[in-house]
Amino acid sequence: MIRFTVNGEHLETNVPPETPLLWFLRDNLSLTGTKFGCGIALCGACTVHVDGVPMRSCSTPVSSLNGKKVTTIEEIGRTPVGKAVQAAWIAEDVVQCGYCQSGQIMSATALLAKNKSPSDSEIDAAMSGNICRCGTYNRVRAAIKTAAALPRLRLKPKHRGRK
Amino acid sequence: MITTKRESNSKINRRDFLKTSAAASGGLVIGFHFVTGNKVANAQEPPKPNVAPNAFLRIARDGSVTVQVKHLEFGQGVTTSLPMLVAEELGCDWTKVRAELAPAAPAYAHTMFGMQMTGGSSSVLNSWEQMRMVGAAARTMLVTAAATKWKVAPDKCRVENGVVIGPANQRANFGDLADAANKLTPPEKIALKEAKDFRIIGKSTKRIDAPAKVNGSAMFGLDVTAKQVPNLHVALVKRSPVFGGKVKSFNADKVKGISGVTHVVQTANGVAVVAKNFWAAKVGRDALEIIWDFDGVAKPDSAELRKAYLDIAKTPGAVAKAGNVESLKTAAKTVTAEFELPYLAHAPMEPLNCTVNVSANGCEIWVGTQFQTVDQGAAAQVLGMKPEQVKINTMLAGGGFGRRANPTSDYIREAVEIAKGARVPVKTMWTREDDIKGGFYRPMVAHRVVAGLDSAGKISAWDHTIVGQSILAGTPFAPMMVKNGVDATSVEGVSDTPYDIPNMQATLHTQQGGVPVLWWRSVGHTHTAFAMESMMDDLAKAAGQDPVEFRRAYLGKHPRVLKVLNTVAEKANWGKALPKGRALGVAVHESFGSVCGQVAEVSVEGGQIKVHRVVAAIDCGLAVNPLTIAAQVEGAIAFGLTAALYGKVTFKDGMVEQSNFNDYPILRMTEMPKIEVHIIPGGVSPTGVGEPGTPPIAPAVANAIFALTGKRLRALPFNADDLKVA
Repeated sequence: MIRFTVNGEHLETNVPPETPLLWFLRDNLSLTGTKFGCGIALCGACTVHVDGVPMRSCSTPVSSLNGKKVTTIEEIGRTPVGKAVQAAWIAEDVVQCGYCQSGQIMSATALLAKNKSPSDSEIDAAMSGNICRCGTYNRVRAAIKTAAALPRLRLKPKHRGRK
Repeated sequence: MITTKRESNSKINRRDFLKTSAAASGGLVIGFHFVTGNKVANAQEPPKPNVAPNAFLRIARDGSVTVQVKHLEFGQGVTTSLPMLVAEELGCDWTKVRAELAPAAPAYAHTMFGMQMTGGSSSVLNSWEQMRMVGAAARTMLVTAAATKWKVAPDKCRVENGVVIGPANQRANFGDLADAANKLTPPEKIALKEAKDFRIIGKSTKRIDAPAKVNGSAMFGLDVTAKQVPNLHVALVKRSPVFGGKVKSFNADKVKGISGVTHVVQTANGVAVVAKNFWAAKVGRDALEIIWDFDGVAKPDSAELRKAYLDIAKTPGAVAKAGNVESLKTAAKTVTAEFELPYLAHAPMEPLNCTVNVSANGCEIWVGTQFQTVDQGAAAQVLGMKPEQVKINTMLAGGGFGRRANPTSDYIREAVEIAKGARVPVKTMWTREDDIKGGFYRPMVAHRVVAGLDSAGKISAWDHTIVGQSILAGTPFAPMMVKNGVDATSVEGVSDTPYDIPNMQATLHTQQGGVPVLWWRSVGHTHTAFAMESMMDDLAKAAGQDPVEFRRAYLGKHPRVLKVLNTVAEKANWGKALPKGRALGVAVHESFGSVCGQVAEVSVEGGQIKVHRVVAAIDCGLAVNPLTIAAQVEGAIAFGLTAALYGKVTFKDGMVEQSNFNDYPILRMTEMPKIEVHIIPGGVSPTGVGEPGTPPIAPAVANAIFALTGKRLRALPFNADDLKVA
């Protein structure tokens, strides 16, 4: 059994240990906000946070997650930074097809959580692993700067105890 | 994708078009039945209606306004722009407007193509009159309902933000009037607003779909799970590594023991492994052994094809534009140029997928498709059912760029075959490797141009030969779009160039080949703009003239193109000094009824091409949502720049050499230029937006490289080695 939390929920699972987290989230938990783009950690569409660090879930085996905390796009809006990032994304009208945006937002949130005012080159470094085929990059950059300037609201964490 | 000259408005028989029908949930429902006046295509007999009522608009008792969007939303913003058209005339509260994607049904046919489809940058323009009439009819009925209730004349009432206001300042919300309005006969005469009275159209409006796309709740086709479709399985297909190859035999012994694998199903093009989840299907497919039959199958080789294409380009082909090029022999100067462009994959971020649930009496499909009714017909054919037995739920698509508009319905047919064979609900998925290797590419193309200048530096003749596969031959579109051996989508942008060039001939060699091809964002213009605009730059140089000035001389009959050229030159400070190591290149191109011009600012260091800034101007007629138009031009530039810098699908021994984003790279944030978009105001109705921004970027960059280095790059993607030699 592998035990970890997803969005605050404690889970234990016996899926084959090499199963990528992406497919565990999508197929086992029906958390489909995390997207499949390439399967080899090249496009960033599947980005989630593992203990706050952005990770490509398509290349993260479930076996590596024992005792760890996974946060996905479905939950990121419950963090102050994530909420600010989502608001900025709407303010800057970033999305087009929207498919890559879960991953873009997860990468941007991880960046802003540790760097309140990133420079352009810091944004480049944090975001260059996320491909957008619609070409929304300039608006992504603008939204990160907008989010950096937004007040970070304190939010009540959601508590869920289901095993 | 589908391109043809078209009028900006559909001619709708107003008397025939409106019907009302009661919604089960109450409220006002506006259906829409129309006679297509200038139907351009009749590629397919529309199937019989299976969705009732054919509603475009639903006003519920809570005042919410739901617009059924007949086009696929795949980034271009139709779930915002079409509701804007309705809301403009309806006079509702914009914050109460919702959008839903319409299923497959005849009522949702494109007003010009006569079939349900999304393509040709035509979603807004073909809906322009239709959606405003839907809004206006509903408003008239709501006003009539209020006036009847208040016993006043309807023309004494007005509408404001979802409220009907009477002469004595009586007020009634749309939601409260919806049931009464629904009982009324729709108006015979509908007067639409004049442009000067628009309050929503023309105003930058944020996307309706954005909130769901920033929190993971937006449902794409891939996101259909057992939550929506109980007992849903996942299938992956092993397809022939050479197009046209057939399964000779297969061995699934190692597959069947894999936990989670439930079925192995042979299809027309391969073998599917069906499992309880993606990972089991993937492991199962990896373990599948197939022996292929390549008998009689062509094995394309890119190096050989390039040579063959350039050879054949030296002779004239089927005439697309007739002209006398004899005077080339006596021209003061001639410029001869060969342009080469490879096959390109669409590579939408959401890999292809299709969910199918077959029951005894019908079939339900969930798919992001640009061709709902075509796919409906194809699914019915596979199942031996009638089209009306197939229900298609249109899902959001994570990009498409033409790949989800396949006249052969390849990925839908295959998914239906698998669900039929496995007898369980199945979501057939494509991996990225399946997508890159799976065909239906932008065709590989070669152009050869010989142009002459007279002693005054004026173009005296232009002989243009194009070589490539036809996108439309063999499809239902062929009768309309392929004439005298010329597929219009192979030559568009050359044969109909707005440049007033004397003695211009354009001919086409249509190549056969086993590689499946398809329209790719801006279709023929993806290559014709590159050839035309590179050539115009070369000729300007040969004539000793400034590239902008040189072009102006040939645009006297096309003031719209000229205005875009002048605007983009002015906004980019054309002619002003730049920092050392930088140069500007310009290109302007007309496509999908619109004109887009771009000036790229480029540097080359160590063979690395860097595009720093792009100034773009677009004339897309009446601008409905400037925010979306700017976004589409930005995105189209990124799409075209990806192709210019990286894009190529190549073949060796009949097999595709690329597989994923490692060898089919997509532009990343660090490579994205700063972009400013200038929208030319005016216009009486909208023209295309989604595609016209793609064609100019490659030639604009090539022209900037030429200005900077003196080296003319005529093959895409640009080869850095060519620059190191310079």
